Formats: sequence, C-alpha cells, structure tokens
Amino acid sequence: MELRRDVFQAIADPTRRAIITLVAVQAMTPTAIAENFDSSRQTISKHIQILTECELLKQEQNGREIYYHFNPEKMKAIADFIEPFREMWDNRFNKLEAIMKKYKPKK
Amino acid sequence: MERKTKVHAENGKHDLTITREFDLPVDLLFRAHTDPEIFEEWMSHEYGKTKVIKLETRKHGGYLFQTTDANGNVVFQANGVIHEFIPGKKIIRTFEMANSPFEVQLEYLEFEPVSEETSKLRMHVIYRTGELRDEHLKMPFEWGLNMAHDRLQHIVSKLK
Repeated sequence: MELRRDVFQAIADPTRRAIITLVAVQAMTPTAIAENFDSSRQTISKHIQILTECELLKQEQNGREIYYHFNPEKMKAIADFIEPFREMWDNRFNKLEAIMKKYKPKK
Repeated sequence: MERKTKVHAENGKHDLTITREFDLPVDLLFRAHTDPEIFEEWMSHEYGKTKVIKLETRKHGGYLFQTTDANGNVVFQANGVIHEFIPGKKIIRTFEMANSPFEVQLEYLEFEPVSEETSKLRMHVIYRTGELRDEHLKMPFEWGLNMAHDRLQHIVSKLK
C-alpha cells in the first residue's frame, strides 16, 4: 500500500511521466535523459531519484556509467489499481456522449 | 482508442479529479446530469439498471438513485444533497452510498464550454481521509474481480 502511494506521487508529475516514456523505449544514462529536457540537470536528477525510490526505474551499472531501466511490473501495479476506476467513468461518459449526440436534433 | 477520461489522484491526498472532454455543447452535457431519464440511461449497465427515485436540481435539493440487478434486487443505492446549482456551469453536491463502509464525500462538478460544439467536465471529489479515497478508487478493481469470478462460475455451472 505504501509503495503504491509513492507510485501515485511519482506519476502525478508531467516531467516524471515524460522520463518514464523515454526510459521505457531504451535504458538511458542520467545525462542522456537530462538532454531531453530544458530543466536543470539537478532537477532531472531529483525526478530520477523519486522514480527510482518508488521502483518505477531500476539502476544498472555498466562500466563507469549508470543506466536507468523501466520497471514495467511497478507500472502495472498502478494500472491495476487506478485503471478500472478510470475505465468505469470512461464507459459512463462514452455512453452519456452517445446518448446526447442522438438527443441533439430534438433540441 | 483515445483515452478521453483522466483520473488524477496524488499521493497521500484525500481528493481526486476526474476530467473529460465531450463532443457535445455544454448545455447538453449539463442536461445529462439533470434529466432523470437521461441520467438513468447512462448510469445503467449490463449488470444493473439505474432508477432515479428523487432528483431535485436546485440549491438545497436532494437526490436518490438505485441500481437493481436482473432479479430486481437493489444492489446499489446512492443519495446526497445539492449545495449549489448553477445551470450549465456548476453543481456542488454530497454523495453517499447506502450500506457501505464509505463515508459521505463532497463533489464539485464544473461544466465548461470548449467551443460551440465541445465541452469539458471537471469533477473534484473530496473524501474525509486519504484511506477512504484509496478504498473508493479500488472499488471498481474489486468489482472487476468479482464479476470475472461470477462469469467464471456462470460458465462452469453451464458445463455441469
């Protein structure tokens, strides 16, 4: 439970979501990650640290470099938790939209 | 498919936000929340039919709706009072589920035109505690498990 809450915090931030997206494609060094953002290196490092603490990213030493990998299992924990709630509302709202589109001509 | 509905829930907080853009003029989006027949239609699903018992769309008004299963048993009931009602713009209401461990929650619904033909709804839901919010978030997840279980039982019982 505690870990999942940390995960919520981690994905609440748009920069951190962008980092996850980047690292999901391929493992990257902190320098390579930071190059994709206008923010300072320190700011990006802080984001990476938060993502690592809640296990969304995993570190791997490769020679002198540290590479960050994406941990899909952790991401799945969030999806399992919040996705059905989102889906429930999405289904309701899709239905609302479909009903009201038909309603339009009667106005 | 595009994910139109977004849910935002931050760590340790006792609130959440649901946002959605609709391919509808704002007055039609609002009407779907105030016309009992339309509300019943979009709140019903394959596992239950929703019936509006009371819907007083005004300040100090109240509402009550029930969902019944195929056998007519009430499986879900929710009620609340309306604190603010500004047509086409805003509804502030409480929401409480009957026969559940959940406590009353406060809901702010803000309706906003994006263009002539499109609109946006922002639902800000406030719970008494972060734990209650997390439990509420988990509910459809648990329903999903139960339904999968029921479906499985149904299939298995047919095999006998």
